[in-house]
Amino acid sequence: MKNEIKMNRIKKLVALLLAFGVVQLLVSVGILNDYIMATVSTIGINIILAVSLNLITGFTGQFSLGHAGFMSIGAYTCAIITLRNPTTSGFVAGVFAGALMAALVGFVVGLPTLRLRGDYLAIATLGMAEIIRIVFLNLDITNGAAGLSNIPEFTNWMWLFIFTSGTVLIVTNFINSSHGRACISIREDEIAADAMGINSTRYKVTAFVIGAFFAGIAGALYASRFYVLKPDAFGFLKSIDILVIVVLGGLGSISGSIIAAILLAIITSYLQSFPEIRMVIYSVTLIVIMLFRPQGLMGSEELSKSMFKKWGRLLNRKDGGVA
Amino acid sequence: MEQFLQQIINGISLGSIYALIALGYTMVYGIIKLINFAHCDVYMLGAYVGYLCMTSFHLGFLPSMLIAMVFCIVVGITIEKIAYRPLRNATRIAVLITAIGVSLFIEYGTMFFVKADIRSYPPLTGFMTQTFKLGDINITMQQVIIFVVTILLMVLLQFVVKRTKIGKAMRAVSLDRDAAELMGISVDTTISFTFALGSALAGAAGVLVGIYYNSINPLMGVLPGLKAFVAAVFGGIGIIPGAMIGGYFIGTVEVMVAGYGNSMFKDAVVFAILILILIVKPSGLLGKETREKV
Amino acid sequence: MSILKVSKLTKSFGGLTAVSNVNIDIKSGELVGLIGPNGAGKTTVFNLLTGIYAPDSGNIVLTKGDNEISLQGLKPYAICKSGLARTFQNIRLFKELSVLDNVRISMHKNVQYSLLSGMLHLKSYTQEEKRLFDQSVELLKIFKLDHKMNEQAKNLPYGEQRHLEIIRALATDPVLLLLDEPAAGMNPAETAQLTETIAWIRKNFNLTILLIEHDMALVMKICERIYVLDYGMVIANGTPSEIKANKRVIEAYLGEDVENA
Repeated sequence: MKNEIKMNRIKKLVALLLAFGVVQLLVSVGILNDYIMATVSTIGINIILAVSLNLITGFTGQFSLGHAGFMSIGAYTCAIITLRNPTTSGFVAGVFAGALMAALVGFVVGLPTLRLRGDYLAIATLGMAEIIRIVFLNLDITNGAAGLSNIPEFTNWMWLFIFTSGTVLIVTNFINSSHGRACISIREDEIAADAMGINSTRYKVTAFVIGAFFAGIAGALYASRFYVLKPDAFGFLKSIDILVIVVLGGLGSISGSIIAAILLAIITSYLQSFPEIRMVIYSVTLIVIMLFRPQGLMGSEELSKSMFKKWGRLLNRKDGGVA
Repeated sequence: MEQFLQQIINGISLGSIYALIALGYTMVYGIIKLINFAHCDVYMLGAYVGYLCMTSFHLGFLPSMLIAMVFCIVVGITIEKIAYRPLRNATRIAVLITAIGVSLFIEYGTMFFVKADIRSYPPLTGFMTQTFKLGDINITMQQVIIFVVTILLMVLLQFVVKRTKIGKAMRAVSLDRDAAELMGISVDTTISFTFALGSALAGAAGVLVGIYYNSINPLMGVLPGLKAFVAAVFGGIGIIPGAMIGGYFIGTVEVMVAGYGNSMFKDAVVFAILILILIVKPSGLLGKETREKV
Repeated sequence: MSILKVSKLTKSFGGLTAVSNVNIDIKSGELVGLIGPNGAGKTTVFNLLTGIYAPDSGNIVLTKGDNEISLQGLKPYAICKSGLARTFQNIRLFKELSVLDNVRISMHKNVQYSLLSGMLHLKSYTQEEKRLFDQSVELLKIFKLDHKMNEQAKNLPYGEQRHLEIIRALATDPVLLLLDEPAAGMNPAETAQLTETIAWIRKNFNLTILLIEHDMALVMKICERIYVLDYGMVIANGTPSEIKANKRVIEAYLGEDVENA
């Protein structure tokens, strides 16, 4: 068993290094141009956002409509720090400061509101994100409605890759730990979870804070990549954007969130000139998924070798039937 | 003192609008436990239909409002039938997400067709432009109309809910859907009717806002909708008098904050009120705590 | 030696008094039954003991070793951590999760590794996970459910779901186990099997058991003492034969069932 675990870890490490190396090569050689890399950055940031929201909503069952609020805290914190300290160390400090600030706000907001159920929690988180947006709109340090610009750009492929894969790994690890299972049990049946000795409030807040932390990282990466920040970029619509990714991918599936993030980023890049059509498509997507396939693409399962085998068998059936 | 009273008058006008919209939220939540995110967009559509009637068809205020109300009734019933009814037994998150989807669809669909520009209601003529003076306080005819229409509609609503058979059905279904069905009540019809009532009120509110604030745009429903929802929660979600009280309370608070404090923060204050109620007494002013049976 | 002492437990809901001045005294190792007509307040008593409702008045004291723990007012998870576990009348399994996960989650409160270790899969994580897995499988083997450990709980037949309910409660390592109608929906053969299982569990896990049941055969056979509840009050308390003969009890509800049990 121990050797198996070690082999798995080595395999994972090699796969990661390969993925990183290949893209880095392509970037250096110039095959992957700026436009594509901008999309890649968006994908990475959205993966972090979707995975962190999935932790809160998909795995722990707490409906949060204010995820963009945490993102904005991370973004502004990092921007403010790097504007005063435009070095790599400043950037890294900015990312972690942003994440910690977001986590702190998540804790302060989560503690009183996570006692609420379903719809109430959704509205409370929406209200919280709106309050954050309005506050940023009126602070001097965030430059109000004009926002911040000329933010030093440090988010390159390396940092993007490190933070994105780091987020995915840590959240996946968490889900597969006893603490993660405690969170999942809350989604399944909060009363039963309590009866089995799990402090449901504590774990709801924990998931919320961890989710906020990573959303903060995503925000910081965003600020340091797209160099302009305005409070309105992090409103309800942004929270919905993230929610669509999570719902499309499947509430409770990490690989689903990754696949959906990639899919939607590609679709969005084609619809850039038609923002209203994009929103119409997004909204119809939400409705259609909920009506016909509420579990999204992956349900609450992960992409696995056995899944590929199953598809392979289905496609190879001579009678053309579907099992 | 005069400024204070003036603000109260303004608060009553704004409060009337919030009350009308809040009633729709509260009735739908009461009957199927759903936050109808699309409700604020029905309000927006009402404003646009009123606009259409008054500019293209040159109709007066009253016929425009009535046509808008009818249009909104149709929209509300259609939304319920297509998007919410199939999900009657689904999880709460699923229906909420669908409601958000419908809301965005209406907003951006409208934006696609009529463009995002702000349009203005035509200026009012004749007796509508009168202003009444009480000392230093001004009360415009529009404010009087808003108040009178709102009160009339609320009285009508109370009559329907308390004195008619369908009203009784509404109350029954909101208490226990299955039992109501077993007693021979058509749950589908009752729910449709509830949506119809709420949508009609929202449509009226849309036209009233059009003649009062003059400008309309496809996203005009978002913020007022959220605040009206806060009002409904404040008064006690699912409780009709609660929505009325809540609407006037939130409207007055908002006007006061804007008038005496910083108008930048008026929205934030309303959201802060929401979070406060949810923490202190989620069942609202007139609400009762309910517990899940274990 | 007393393990649970309930004194003057009272709870009202609005105008309705569900539980009134209930006194229960359970000695360590006993198997005690709680019976009464429908609506007598039995599940409410369980809910009060496990912290789902807070009593209006009264005391609940759990004695664990040398410690006396006051349970009233504690939250359900704290009560579970103190050593009191329960099953639910309507089965509240984690339906979408696997049988194994249902058991492992119930062991969570005793898990030794930190949040950080869980996120980074450090050594303490790997070791503890193995222990959790092994212990869960051991528990499942008792009820012959180990071969179904990767099945979703909702796919189990009803009888096995009820067993899993009990396994879950056992997994929390309790000193006192509350079983809420464990035989509900079971046929006589399954009930007989369950009766043996409960007796076996009590012996092998060194447990004290308090049991709500309607199936008189099970109650009379297995319980050493029985409390009878009616309209929220304890109307009798004694051995099965004493209860069978108790006039008040017979009036309240048992009637012919007792004589035929």
